[in-house]
Amino acid sequence: MISLKNLSLAIHDTSILSDVSFGIQQGQIFGLVGESGSGKSMTALALMQLLPGGSAVSGQVLLDGADVLAMSETEMCALRGNEIGMIFQEPMTALNPVQTIGDQVAETLLIHGKASKSKAAIIARQMLDRVGLPADRFPSSRFPHELSGGQRQRVCIAMAIALRPKLLIADEPTTALDVTTQAQILELLQELVVEENMSLLLITHDLAVVAGLADHVAVMRNGELVEQGPTEQLFKTMSHPYTKQLFEASSHQPNRLGEPQEAPILEVKNAIREYAAPRTKLFHRPPPYRAVNDVSFTLMRGESLGLVGESGCGKSTLTRTILGLDPLQGGEIRLSGEPVLAGEHMPASLRKKVQIVFQDPYSSFNPRHKVQRLVMEPFHLTQVPENSRDHVAEVLETVGMEADAMDRYIHEFSGGQRQRIAIARALVLHPDLIVLDEAVSALDVSIRAQILDLLADLQTRLGLSYLFISHDLTVVRAITDRVLVMKAGKIVEQGPTEQVFTAPNHPYTQQLLDAAPHIPDDWQETKHA
Amino acid sequence: MRLPVQLITGSILTGFFVAAVALSFFWTPHDVTILTIADKLQTPSTEYWLGTDHFGRDMLSMLMVGARTSIAVTIVAVGIGMGIGVPLGLMAAANRGSLLDEVIMRGNDLIFAFPSLVIAILITAVFGPSALNAILAIGIFNIPVFARVTRGAALSIWTLDYILAARTCGKRALRISVEHILPNIANLLIVQGTIQFSLGILAEAGLSYVGLGAQPPTPSWGRMLADAQTYIYSDARLAFLPGIAIVLMVLGLNLMGDGLRDLLDPRIRRER
Repeated sequence: MISLKNLSLAIHDTSILSDVSFGIQQGQIFGLVGESGSGKSMTALALMQLLPGGSAVSGQVLLDGADVLAMSETEMCALRGNEIGMIFQEPMTALNPVQTIGDQVAETLLIHGKASKSKAAIIARQMLDRVGLPADRFPSSRFPHELSGGQRQRVCIAMAIALRPKLLIADEPTTALDVTTQAQILELLQELVVEENMSLLLITHDLAVVAGLADHVAVMRNGELVEQGPTEQLFKTMSHPYTKQLFEASSHQPNRLGEPQEAPILEVKNAIREYAAPRTKLFHRPPPYRAVNDVSFTLMRGESLGLVGESGCGKSTLTRTILGLDPLQGGEIRLSGEPVLAGEHMPASLRKKVQIVFQDPYSSFNPRHKVQRLVMEPFHLTQVPENSRDHVAEVLETVGMEADAMDRYIHEFSGGQRQRIAIARALVLHPDLIVLDEAVSALDVSIRAQILDLLADLQTRLGLSYLFISHDLTVVRAITDRVLVMKAGKIVEQGPTEQVFTAPNHPYTQQLLDAAPHIPDDWQETKHA
Repeated sequence: MRLPVQLITGSILTGFFVAAVALSFFWTPHDVTILTIADKLQTPSTEYWLGTDHFGRDMLSMLMVGARTSIAVTIVAVGIGMGIGVPLGLMAAANRGSLLDEVIMRGNDLIFAFPSLVIAILITAVFGPSALNAILAIGIFNIPVFARVTRGAALSIWTLDYILAARTCGKRALRISVEHILPNIANLLIVQGTIQFSLGILAEAGLSYVGLGAQPPTPSWGRMLADAQTYIYSDARLAFLPGIAIVLMVLGLNLMGDGLRDLLDPRIRRER
């Protein structure tokens, strides 16, 4: 139905894609897998002719026999949305915040002149019903900010399928969503493909997602397709070493040698954290919102404790109280026996015992400071030592960076390198506990495997304790000894990681585990054999 | 590294006026305080390069000394606006949602609510017209502009992870504001500063035009325009010359601001 023949793309003389060829049959789901910068999104943009300025394309993109690349902009406008629909990664920014969801879905129909205004509204309503937003709970007059991320992604899907396109392109449609929401969205996409007899080009970095969904998979690296074939066959043979490498990285098990001791480093007892809820009436103050509700756990020295939960469950709020940034409304937190107090009440000697590594390697650093100053920041808690450059050099080498990195600015480094620098900053005061807040979630699988190895190695060498916060169950399983499952401000289950993962007690844990996409076991065994 | 074109053009224009001002302290072609009525309304010649005005004063000398007034008044006025507005904005952002934030921002609204020229007239009516009062009037109305820009930009920086990292290092709001917030909003402030500077030049010219700025015999561009009004049909040159000077000065400052922003932001620098 659609086929790419020797598609090559260069932007300002830098080669982005070279000789990409594949075809998608009607009613087929085609998975395009690759790491960031591999050119998978550019392939989709080339199909839609939405490439940035300075692009030079060659080759052919045939849609039902017509070459899309040869079409004029006017012809493309008629094609986009009509024959090819597209869904993007970030549902938070893909919708116009000042238009109702009904209007936004109807807009596609109106632009293409497919319906009158009143008819478009009716079709839009049907589409919203179709994607699982029923009229009684989600009237067309809702605005995007009144919906959750998953619901917004459903609106995006409704917009993309409003004109029943032949091809739907989904660019990382579930990357920004929680696992249970991800499972629902993937299920919806699969249903739509069957019902509407569309083709779906599913672009993702996650091998497990395509394994469960796609009929056909292609693996992309540096703008080239290294391997493609029917999904099951591709997973069973993995003829190209890069595919194998990707697969191994995604299920990477770091070598953890250290044993947790029996001495607790962090004790959280009946912690309660409340926020003032916004006033809805002038003279009536609503009861406060309880983000962390009676949470208790203990973290041992040298132990790595996982904290799993979906967005909004209170894990970030809990982190902030552990770091002594926000006060508790009840209960207490003790760090190596001393109470953690919020703000200026917490002594520097205690504060230096806990450090944090964040998710986003781009916003974790002040872009105007050089690496040396960034890494030295925690010395604010102590005296800046005289040979501070040596300290920074040492700690950079500990995390596997060159010492001369300290004289460069942060934008000169890749995401993985930045995350190493973030770990260096956390290590510089020799803390006892490091809070890793989704610290590997934004990284590509191969980089993620390296960072996990580094973390495991540091733990063994320095006897660190980790509080590992993540929504990614595979990662938590690989790096933690024990795990806490959090839901709506409460810990619903805790126990040794393997036990929780193999025999969960709480239905919510079961639900999380079921929702996580995974590669069928029998596909993997043949590979290992 | 290549310098942005706007920066070069803007700097040349602005530099030209600054050089003229510097020169005017030591030498002008003629003395602007001496009236030579016999030479009034001369067209440009080797003696008077840009001609003379209705009192026979040399136009070039008048423009040079007039630039001095404009620039001095505006520098001090924008300085007042930045010096008070930026710390207020940082304070408001650091204490977001607190009473202090409310007091600062509502105070700003209060100043915004009054038309600046009317207040300038009020100030000069109470204290008498002078360059100093023009400075005060323009300066006060720059405060809320800077406070608002600073607060808005600072709030978006406060949500970033590196601020949280700094807080886990025990840094207090003041230290974070100076060390992390200010450098990252400096580019915005510089751009706003040049815009306010050019608006200040216009405001000073406006106040002088209605007679509330620098008083005779100190020349100023605004009053040169006002004086030229009666001659506009007989000798338009008298109005054009200070008018062109104002336009070029404002244009130069705006171009320089744009160029500086491109140069100062390491992220934009990398992309170029």
